Amino acid sequence: MANETKKGNWWIWKVFWILLFVTAVEVVLGIIKPPFMVETIVLGTKLLNHIFIILTIVKAAYIVMTFMHLGDEKKSLKWVIIGPMFILIPYLLFIIIVEGFYNYSIM
Amino acid sequence: MEQAVENKDPWGGGDAKPLGSSYGKLMMWFFLMTDALTFSGFLAAYGFSRFKYGDIWPVAEEVFTHFPFLEGEHPLLFVALMTFILILSSVTMVLAVNYGHKMEKKKVILWLSLTIVGGILFLSSQAWEWAHFIHGLDGVPATLVSNPYGHPLFGDYFFFITGFHGFHVLSGVIILIIILINVIKGTYEERGHYEMVEKVGLYWHFVDLVWVFVFTFFYLV
Repeated sequence: MANETKKGNWWIWKVFWILLFVTAVEVVLGIIKPPFMVETIVLGTKLLNHIFIILTIVKAAYIVMTFMHLGDEKKSLKWVIIGPMFILIPYLLFIIIVEGFYNYSIM
Repeated sequence: MEQAVENKDPWGGGDAKPLGSSYGKLMMWFFLMTDALTFSGFLAAYGFSRFKYGDIWPVAEEVFTHFPFLEGEHPLLFVALMTFILILSSVTMVLAVNYGHKMEKKKVILWLSLTIVGGILFLSSQAWEWAHFIHGLDGVPATLVSNPYGHPLFGDYFFFITGFHGFHVLSGVIILIIILINVIKGTYEERGHYEMVEKVGLYWHFVDLVWVFVFTFFYLV
């Protein structure tokens, strides 16, 4: 759509380096597993896992917003796509994880 | 009535485009949204079993520790390489879409072909990973009903989630090849726009997006 406003390819490579860097950080953290991140428990899981999830959402946002050009689409289209995700997925996760904990507790 | 006959555009409504997007792109977005919910369901189910069997669940990092042609244990390295391949193929895809906007046929062909190569490389890596997992540990193979690493459900989820994703990649490669043939034939040149490349691009980025989540929830967390 609004590609005409973006000149050249530099922004593609910029996003590539960001994605690569974030993945590299994830892999390094996954290999060395800093002890304080593993020992600190936040909301029932390791701090390290929260960091992984946040980094993943950062990557997802870059892919959707720049590679898939959702950032250049109309606001209404953005919300049509992102809105249901933000409502349904947290809801699903909430129910399933709560039930998973319960099932663990009665095993 | 006359006007209704004149209006041959199936998307209708004259010049007004719903949500400012074309019919094809919008439908691709809707499909991808439902597909994203499907994958969320799979990964959430994986989370459920993992919480339920917390004590006997295998740690993916300890299961997938091999790298082709390298001796010893290298956790995460191979899957990181697979992620890298998929991200790179996503970049070549955006480049193809970008050159499509500029109507540069030769460059679209180049970058589209490289995207296909990336997809095939990824599928081959996954085949290697699967073969290695099925081969198992100490002569005990990993199947749908048992595996030497821990709870059998782990293998089921592995086969199912990475298999479903791999099937998406395979479909993507096939669609990309069809689109590439059309580009070479000049179909889109004739049509006046390369929107088809853009649509398959959306699908391809989505496949990359899903892998980003599978990588985190299957291998890292």
